[in-house]
Amino acid sequence: MQSAMTLSFSQTSSFTRPNHVLGSTASVFSTPKNLRFCGLRREAFGFSPSNQLSFRSNQIRTQSSGLQVSASASSNGNGNGAPPKSFDYDLIIIGAGVGGHGAALHAVEKGLKTAIIEGDVVGGTCVNRGCVPSKALLAVSGRMRELQNEHHMKSFGLQVSAAGYDRQGVADHANNLATKIRNNLTNSMKALGVDILTGFGSVLGPQKVKYGKDNIITAKNIIIATGSVPFVPKGIEVDGKTVITSDHALKLESVPDWIAIVGSGYIGLEFSDVYTALGSEVTFIEALDQLMPGFDPEISKLAQRVLINPRKIDYHTGVFASKITPAKDGKPVLIELTDAKTKEPKDTLEVDAALIATGRAPFTNGLGLENVNVVTQRGFIPVDERMRVIDGNGTLVPNLYCIGDANGKLMLAHAASAQGISVVEQVSGRDHVLNHLSIPAACFTHPEISMVGLTEPQAKEKGEKEGFKVSVAKTSFKANTKALAENEGEGIAKMIYRPDNGEILGVHIFGLHAADLIHEASNAIALGTRIQDIKLAVHAHPTLSEVLDELFKAAKVEGHASTGQEMQR
Amino acid sequence: MSRLLQTPFLPSVSLPTKTRSSVPGFRVKPRTIPIQAKIREIFMPALSSTMTEGKIVSWVKSEGDKLNKGESVVVVESDKADMDVETFYDGYLAAIMVEEGGVAPVGSAIALLAETEDEIADAKAKASGGGDSKPPPPPPPASPPTPAVESPVAVEKKVAAPVSVKAVAASSVHPASEGGKRIVASPYAKKLAKELKVELAGLVGSGPMGRIVAKDVEAVSAGGGVQAAVAVKEVAAAPGVELGSVVPFTTMQGAVSRNMVESLAVPTFRVGYTITTDALDALYKKIKSKGVTMTALLAKATALALAKHPVVNSSCRDGNSFVYNSSINVAVAVAIDGGLITPVLQNADKVDIYSLSRKWKELVDKARAKQLQPQEYNTGTFTLSNLGMFGVDRFDAILPPGTGAIMAVGASQPSTVATKDGRIGMKNQMQVNVTADHRVIYGADLAQFLQTLASIIEDPKDLTF
Repeated sequence: MQSAMTLSFSQTSSFTRPNHVLGSTASVFSTPKNLRFCGLRREAFGFSPSNQLSFRSNQIRTQSSGLQVSASASSNGNGNGAPPKSFDYDLIIIGAGVGGHGAALHAVEKGLKTAIIEGDVVGGTCVNRGCVPSKALLAVSGRMRELQNEHHMKSFGLQVSAAGYDRQGVADHANNLATKIRNNLTNSMKALGVDILTGFGSVLGPQKVKYGKDNIITAKNIIIATGSVPFVPKGIEVDGKTVITSDHALKLESVPDWIAIVGSGYIGLEFSDVYTALGSEVTFIEALDQLMPGFDPEISKLAQRVLINPRKIDYHTGVFASKITPAKDGKPVLIELTDAKTKEPKDTLEVDAALIATGRAPFTNGLGLENVNVVTQRGFIPVDERMRVIDGNGTLVPNLYCIGDANGKLMLAHAASAQGISVVEQVSGRDHVLNHLSIPAACFTHPEISMVGLTEPQAKEKGEKEGFKVSVAKTSFKANTKALAENEGEGIAKMIYRPDNGEILGVHIFGLHAADLIHEASNAIALGTRIQDIKLAVHAHPTLSEVLDELFKAAKVEGHASTGQEMQR
Repeated sequence: MSRLLQTPFLPSVSLPTKTRSSVPGFRVKPRTIPIQAKIREIFMPALSSTMTEGKIVSWVKSEGDKLNKGESVVVVESDKADMDVETFYDGYLAAIMVEEGGVAPVGSAIALLAETEDEIADAKAKASGGGDSKPPPPPPPASPPTPAVESPVAVEKKVAAPVSVKAVAASSVHPASEGGKRIVASPYAKKLAKELKVELAGLVGSGPMGRIVAKDVEAVSAGGGVQAAVAVKEVAAAPGVELGSVVPFTTMQGAVSRNMVESLAVPTFRVGYTITTDALDALYKKIKSKGVTMTALLAKATALALAKHPVVNSSCRDGNSFVYNSSINVAVAVAIDGGLITPVLQNADKVDIYSLSRKWKELVDKARAKQLQPQEYNTGTFTLSNLGMFGVDRFDAILPPGTGAIMAVGASQPSTVATKDGRIGMKNQMQVNVTADHRVIYGADLAQFLQTLASIIEDPKDLTF
């Protein structure tokens, strides 16, 4: 959620021509405005939020139809014609998670009178029960792993006596971090004049929202940003002690000897990293035939070799955990496994604990969607590419938007925030379509995995359909000086691109600080930068960023650099 | 400076055509001999321009697996990266010639690929037969350690001990294991078992609910290999040793090594005692013709003494509690080819000396033939190690983890002794030296045990009952 992708406000027609990119359009960026959409940073950097925000070009990509968009963002109030007095607010956001927060800050920036409704705690899943506390645990697990790796330490010439940990201390670190970030978030909104309304919010009708017991307010536009909750498949009984979801696991109330993790996606993987570092043994249960579905196959194969095989982890693939019974009366947690294809019982596991990491379900119940004739799909609120809510008849509901996990487009905190900003842009008179393919994602294992854009199979399929060639370039961390200095040569970076025009289709990194490295690639995709141009950019030596430098240089593009002169200036 | 870093990472640069072409899979050459034309060699590929040799990180497929064109077969570590290597042909992975961790020069054969299942056997024969004439590739540098090469003892020793362990932990059978039909083992235990070649079936674990955990596997794998320290000198100077060479541990040596290191975690101490053996020697002479051996006599005497001092026959595994073992099983270290093993005389206090001697002979024969069953070598509760036959008069043994004490027995030698009545005489005497776990066995315990043992040996009439 702290990723800052840069997207241009410039005329996008330039993007349709392959060799006509950044440099030539640079002049259009007359006075680029800066916007930090993530309030956490703003707080952390100690900016006084009320004035003097330092603005940066933000991350919304204009639609590629070539619509001319004004680059001079107006920052003074409601210039939009609608009679302001008939509404309590210009914008009401239901849900103060990272998505709602991002939207609120941007709305204030656009001069909108904004309220945010929160029925639980500010910060939502990410801050309280997700990305934030899990990073605290992963920070601990990374250090434990390092200290425990005698071989690794020895190769540095370091001697460390047995490393140990205090469970409560680790748990406190995670909790303190969540509290701190939550306060930062709250303060940043308060300071900007966003009204934080406490209570469960629901839609009463067009432009009308209820919150708490019976407070009714009206707004010109409404954004639903209610997020998601851990998804627990039927048959699984969660008791919060021995059968748990990420919500409980992040409190780290116990470190079981043996924990089964149902689901091997991001959440499962990150927790396996934490638990194994703290001494647990882990069994993965994955319904698909391969661990780590959703990652580029090559990356998941390598990741499995590094993150799974050498650790105290085993796995069952192609099976459902059809029934999980919590431990009681001295009996262990019982997990019944069913073959995913034949649906026949396959095996039974007895473990000390089970973590359900089978994904997340949208939190959209009781939102009053029936009042505006909206029918959810598996709980997700249907939206169009501009996050406008679609009702049961397939028509757009005016003035109602849905962002983040609740719409299910891309269930990442920073995606929700970007969608929120996109919506605010629209309601303040600028048409915007967010390019989801430029949104990076990361999994904070040790080492990390990150990605942006398409996977290799996806790109190939697209290439076949649309008739372009797809190439792949790879570089290894083994050849990177900085990585070797850290004794962390394990890892690869992989780029999928079009050799005919140098367009980057996807980048996948597995290795030291991959999550930080991906942004060069995601920015390039967001800005439409071509390989032949970015390969001429200079990277400091020796840094991990040279992994990407080499990646760009390894690509074989038929086109020529468009900005050679610019670069030489 | 950064130029230096830009050595192109050759194999990874994908050509615009197809992925497979981007990965330089192994060159697979048709065999020259027409009859076996369908067995192909898999070569160590050149993954970069500077690569001269490659290390096998892991075999993605195992012997007998069917391979489809384009599938990953092996992961090779070059000087730059780990690469998956794909096959260009359909077929079966018949024989792996360079095991995981092994290094082979570029172009040398690392495995054989058979076209049909029937040819797997041929290919295997070929692999184990070694390099018959094939012109281009040099044979792999490391002798191809096919599984067959591995010492059968080592494998056998790693087999779990159903009977034995049951004796120790019969009460903790996993409730959900349905009477042993299902194996409940933690992920790491399974991983270790695979690595150490321990059979999990029949093993009863010490984890929660009787689950098999890593230390159970380690304990079993340690099994008979524990007492190696005493017998090391016997194996050392064997002929045919290449001086200056670095020899990787066999599985048995690996197990011994782990056990020896593990033993350092146990605070041990030693108590020695000199025992007059004239009476014992006389008894031995008398009943030798009935097949009684000295080892059996010593074991019997020890067992009778242990019966009176159960604490010396106890074991402490976790540092918080200890077990008074229900039976007295005397393990006796025997040096065998390539290591040593400890056949166990079970219930040595109860079995009569003649049966015990027969049992001992049977165990030794089995040990030499490498046919000992796990419960016959890893259920000892007390260990005897005798180097007397080499003329060693005293030594010190290392305590095998999981037991309470081990007794090192020296040679019985004629000595001049001053007797209590003021005379000088000649007596046969031997020195014994017990190493024990001081967490549970204290000095006085050992002293009393040795006193009892001495009185039994010096007046051995009880031994023949």
